[in-house]
Amino acid sequence: MSNMIKTEHLRYAYQIGTQEKVKFVLDDIDLSISPGEFVAVLGHNGCGKSTLAKHFNALLLPAGGTVYVGGMDTKDEAHYWEFRKNVGMVFQNPDNQIVATVVEEDVAFAPENLGVPSDEIRKRVDEALKTVDMYELRRHAPHLLSGGQKQRVAIAGAIAMEPKCIVFDEPTAMLDPKGRKEVIDTIVKLKEEKHMTVVLITHYMEEAVRADRVVVMDKGKVLRNDVPRNVFSDVKFMKSLGLDVPQVTELCYRLAKDGINIRSDVMTVAECVDELIKLL
Amino acid sequence: MLKDITLGQYFPIDSPLHRMDPRTKILSLILLIVAIFLANNPWAYVLAAAFTLLVVALSKVPVSMYFRGLKPIWFVIIFTALLNIFFTPGTKIYLFGYRTPMTWEGLILAGKMALRLVLLIISSSALTYTTSPILLTDGIEKLLKPLAKLGLPTFELAMMMSIAIRFIPTLIEETDKIMKAQKARGADFESGSVLHRVKALAPMLVPLFISAFRRADELAVAMESRCYQGGEHRTRLNEIRFHLIDAFAGLLMLAFFAAVIILRIIL
Ligand SMILES: Nc1ncnc2c1ncn2[C@@H]1O[C@H](COP(=O)(O)OP(=O)(O)OP(=O)(O)O)[C@@H](O)[C@H]1O
Ligand SMILES: [Mg+2]
Repeated sequence: MSNMIKTEHLRYAYQIGTQEKVKFVLDDIDLSISPGEFVAVLGHNGCGKSTLAKHFNALLLPAGGTVYVGGMDTKDEAHYWEFRKNVGMVFQNPDNQIVATVVEEDVAFAPENLGVPSDEIRKRVDEALKTVDMYELRRHAPHLLSGGQKQRVAIAGAIAMEPKCIVFDEPTAMLDPKGRKEVIDTIVKLKEEKHMTVVLITHYMEEAVRADRVVVMDKGKVLRNDVPRNVFSDVKFMKSLGLDVPQVTELCYRLAKDGINIRSDVMTVAECVDELIKLL
Repeated sequence: MLKDITLGQYFPIDSPLHRMDPRTKILSLILLIVAIFLANNPWAYVLAAAFTLLVVALSKVPVSMYFRGLKPIWFVIIFTALLNIFFTPGTKIYLFGYRTPMTWEGLILAGKMALRLVLLIISSSALTYTTSPILLTDGIEKLLKPLAKLGLPTFELAMMMSIAIRFIPTLIEETDKIMKAQKARGADFESGSVLHRVKALAPMLVPLFISAFRRADELAVAMESRCYQGGEHRTRLNEIRFHLIDAFAGLLMLAFFAAVIILRIIL
């Protein structure tokens, strides 16, 4: 069981059986994610990121190839609930994943479904809310919270299930910069303090930089699968896919293009500042 | 205007009423409503009003919240009152020199009806302010349990109800947003004939429905991701239980109900 999630020749299509050529949304994907790893998935709209994510907790089953979660084939119906339980999911729109009208009751939803005894649910809920720093607001109505707070409630809801891995599908897409920071800091905390496996689908390159590994997808295929520095330093390649690189990487890339002697694999503002100071 | 709707809004504080079993509260509310309608003499009305005030006090919810709950129905109350005052046959009285006659009986009836309506709204608000929708629907589910044996899907009904309540504010907010967006493009919801106004609603309802379906779809996926598998083997964070306080409340309620009946018989 060295992999948390592993896909082998994974293929998937939403419409199968039409006379015409099947359009694979996922086409021959080989990917493995180790326990405790933080993997960011990047790609253009409609390239199949969400579809891939839904294979990780058996919401979708492969049309071809195999997906292993915790070493078990997701096609194995006997372990159905284990896949769901082991891989939590957080989606883009916080309003559409909150089921209850009180924060703590929402966080309790998953353990309630799993039939966990009441006092154990209470413990899990309190702990999950403390982890995402929402314990003080546990009795509040979710619809009165800010976007970032709602999304942290959704994260607590996933944590309360006690999964080994959480998949985030563009969790910050609908948030303002402040909410985005709250959510990303929470995600990083889960990885670093709780040693959870994290898969983060995002359109924000500044978030992907914090991952251990970046997977770049296009048209249902994985094109790059490497540490962020190697992926982002290839600015030309990213641009060719219509993707961005972090602003500071772009800045250094352009400076280098104009003949200035600067490293082009800069990823963070701090690094960029260092490089620029060296030039002065 | 849409923000005024408060019914179904839980007020998360701690009070004796909050701590009660939702089943006790639901049954008590039913009994209270029946009592309000059975009341037929001034003493019974005073008693019912006093009892409702006691409930309001025990709920520890600010009185202003109850007034806000009444706001959307003031119009109904005043309208029915006017109808009663002017159209009830009886002893005519002419006030302030008006030509249209009011009747003494009408005034009394109007007062009674208005009081009944107000008490009704206040007591139902007391239930929803002090019971979170999940506990409320849990309570309803438990009360309907005997019907589950007859094939009524009580769990599913309760779940649907709590999700509907959960999405009321979200959809209201969305309606507001769409309305503003359409107004910005020149849509006019507030003037013109009735037909015109109904027509003007279409560009608002269509996007609202489309978005509601999308939300439902996403919610279903999110619920499945959180291991939702229907009602079997499901446990609760706050398991509802009958406490000593429920016994007290139940006895008090029954005493009040009996008093109203006795007043009805002897007076
Ligand atoms: N339920 C569905 N039925 C049919 N086709 C679908 C369905 N869901 C997605 N698709 C199609 O599959 C492709 C991949 O969709 P997917 O949602 O996985 O992309 P994505 O990478 O997550 O995009 P985004 O960045 O917009 O979230 C798209 O072309 C989309 O139109
Ligand atoms: Mg997507």
